[in-house]
Amino acid sequence: MVSKMMRESQFQEHNRFFLNMGPQHPSTHGVLLVVLEMDGEYVLDPQPVLGFIHRMHEKMGESRPCQGFMPNTARMDYVCALPYNHGYVSLIEKKAGIEVPKRAEYIRVITSELNRVASHLLWLGAYLLDLGAFTPILYGFDDREHILDILEDITGSRLTYCYYRFGGVTQDIDDKFVESTRAFIKRLRKRFDIYERLVTKNIIFIKRAENIGIISRDMAIRYGITGPNLRGSGIAYDIRKNEPYSVYPEFDFEVPVGENGDCLDRYMVRVREMEQSLRIIEQALDTLPDGPVRSKVPKNIKLAPGDCNFAVEAARGELSYYLVGDGTSVPYRLKIRVPSYSNLSCLPELGEGILLPDLVSIMGSMDLVIPEIDR
Amino acid sequence: MELISTLPPESIRMVFAVIIIISFIFLNAIMMGYLERKIAGHVQRRPGPMEVGSHGILQLVVDGVKLVGKELLIPVNVDRTLFRLGPILSFTPVILPLLVIPFSEKLQARDLNLGLLFIVSMTSINVMAMVVAGWGSNNKYSMFGAMRAVAQSIAYEIPILLSMLAVVLMTNTFSLKEIVGAQQNIWFIVLQPLAFIIYIISGVAETNRAPFDLPEAESELTAGFHTEYSGMGFSLFFLGEYTNMFTVASVATVLFLGGWHGPPLPYGQYLGIVWFFLKVYFLLFFMIMIRWTYPRVRFDQLLNFSWKYLVPFSLANILITAVVVKL
Amino acid sequence: MKRYFSDLFVGGKSLVDGLAVTLKAFCQPIVTVQYPREEIDITPNFRGHIDLVLDPEKNTFRCIACGMCERSCPSECIRVKGKKVEGKKKKTLALFTLDFTKCSLCGTCVEICPTQALEFSNEYNLAAFSREAFHYDILKRLEERII
Repeated sequence: MVSKMMRESQFQEHNRFFLNMGPQHPSTHGVLLVVLEMDGEYVLDPQPVLGFIHRMHEKMGESRPCQGFMPNTARMDYVCALPYNHGYVSLIEKKAGIEVPKRAEYIRVITSELNRVASHLLWLGAYLLDLGAFTPILYGFDDREHILDILEDITGSRLTYCYYRFGGVTQDIDDKFVESTRAFIKRLRKRFDIYERLVTKNIIFIKRAENIGIISRDMAIRYGITGPNLRGSGIAYDIRKNEPYSVYPEFDFEVPVGENGDCLDRYMVRVREMEQSLRIIEQALDTLPDGPVRSKVPKNIKLAPGDCNFAVEAARGELSYYLVGDGTSVPYRLKIRVPSYSNLSCLPELGEGILLPDLVSIMGSMDLVIPEIDR
Repeated sequence: MELISTLPPESIRMVFAVIIIISFIFLNAIMMGYLERKIAGHVQRRPGPMEVGSHGILQLVVDGVKLVGKELLIPVNVDRTLFRLGPILSFTPVILPLLVIPFSEKLQARDLNLGLLFIVSMTSINVMAMVVAGWGSNNKYSMFGAMRAVAQSIAYEIPILLSMLAVVLMTNTFSLKEIVGAQQNIWFIVLQPLAFIIYIISGVAETNRAPFDLPEAESELTAGFHTEYSGMGFSLFFLGEYTNMFTVASVATVLFLGGWHGPPLPYGQYLGIVWFFLKVYFLLFFMIMIRWTYPRVRFDQLLNFSWKYLVPFSLANILITAVVVKL
Repeated sequence: MKRYFSDLFVGGKSLVDGLAVTLKAFCQPIVTVQYPREEIDITPNFRGHIDLVLDPEKNTFRCIACGMCERSCPSECIRVKGKKVEGKKKKTLALFTLDFTKCSLCGTCVEICPTQALEFSNEYNLAAFSREAFHYDILKRLEERII
């Protein structure tokens, strides 16, 4: 592919050269190769090359019974794994007509939102690390450690959760969880001030993120960009509000929206989303119903012939599962639509004629996680 | 013995001074390296080096031993003379400015009439060292880094000179000893706060420290002009950088913070060095803190900042100083 | 022109404010734990590799060698073998191995066991020099725990 590009471009001009922002690079979040055709300092044509971490998750989904796919869901996007869990169990519950108790739905929402906050904290630190500030990532990890401890107490894992099951969740939450979550929410609201002063208001950061990488509304819709990237461009589309699932309609929260679609807007959208997630968690904890956390489900679920689709709002955008059943318990086809794939696809158009540090800033602000692209 | 007694005492003193200063440079690099890692650690709420020696004091010594023991890789197609010359050219001129700095009333290796000018010209040789290293590496990324470093250094030389000129206008002399002497009653930072700020910012930019470290610690483009160096060559660059930082801080102390002036000590003429070092390390602490706080400035914004903000303000400062001195 | 000065003043103030944040963090105590010199307690719910439960009344395992865990494991890392013992009607457990290099800690085996014979251990301090060290013989581990 690289040699084809070399033949096509005007390689005679001696100022132009190809730079491999290689698979091993501190700034691409995962194993992503971006082949840059450069003219001096300016990037002419960034071409992402994927596939370095393809682990055949969809194939694994099609070669074992549907309940055996659960561990895979967490490993696709390990930074924010619970929405992936949520999407898959909701898909099978919709397909097989399984009822989920109310308490289980509330617990699912609480843990998913906690995971979303953890993912945004990691994104903030990694974005600033790309820009050259070495401390915010450690402050972010300090806060994230509390979330991971809280979630470890009920799910047993810190990163790759396998907590949801068809018909509910594995384990009930206890008072210790509720207490520590409330304490964490209080602590994080005070810590937002630190991020505000150290990062958001910092003139150096603003200069590196304002008016950089502007995604217009039209471009966003054309490429199918979803999630905070879309909301940064001014379109207020959130699956939790527009195609609600689980118990999200019962909570009152806002959908933060940006204006211009530059890196600073996407940053502000994510920071404000963290606050909205905290609001959802508080409301859920206040109105948590009693009851069982798991309904009775047959051990072997037979998937009726026909297809089924379910979309959730992951931390990076719209994540949807598509399943075609054929009467057995092994799906005929399982297709996962990940948000980062579409988010990355606008990079060639966005990155024409920009400086290299700006490209790094754009890729950081789009919050890409390459393992989920390659599945 | 007879040979030594025939030499003039001045040259023996100079030899001693040079030996002490060179050994001090290595000590300083070790101390500053340790300080940097510990401060970085505590800013990030972690302890920093703790294993080697009590609280990690010997960490830098062990690192130095490791660097010396590494293989000196010389890539195939480089210009061998230039490649080897780069680190030497970076390290040698940093010793010279320390010869003219008055550490205390009686502790100064050589008091030149044009001390300040001498310091500025020696620090400019650093630019040439970067170009030689970048060109000699036969690597387009190193050349990139070197060219960026040249543009940055040239852009920030001017505010340094202009802010130093403000002090010279007030004291009428380039000799560092007399500048310190003129601050007996009041330190110049009170009279020239703007020049101090401009000098510190430009000094940080001259030594390629964050947030102006685009030529060096690029997370975008390998490691800049010292990509191809390993082992001792690399460590010479870093010795040069740390000593440059020390020089910038000590010139700032001499020009603005009153040099070795301070509350009186016994043997004050020699022990003034204690106050001098306190002030210098306070400035170095500040320079290290800003590395770990701010993100990197983009290259064109860096040059913009110098030409559009620092130069006009330092020119205005000189104008006001000249008018006030004349009155 | 106005933006020039506002940039300068607001920007300068933000830089000083940022420095105040890091200075404050510099003076605060560290939050990390220097492992392995210090250790922290982990929650008992932590998912380590599975272990057979030592039933306190029978003082042995509860496993009936039905093989449900082996069949339902998505990574196929459990091997269960039963053997016929004279004088008893049902099989008893003869072999229970876990290939931990493949296990994804999903918990299917723990839930699906009809006698609740499996539980998660709390081991996290695992490091070895060869892959074979992670092929655990769970039955032997249980027998070492029987007093």
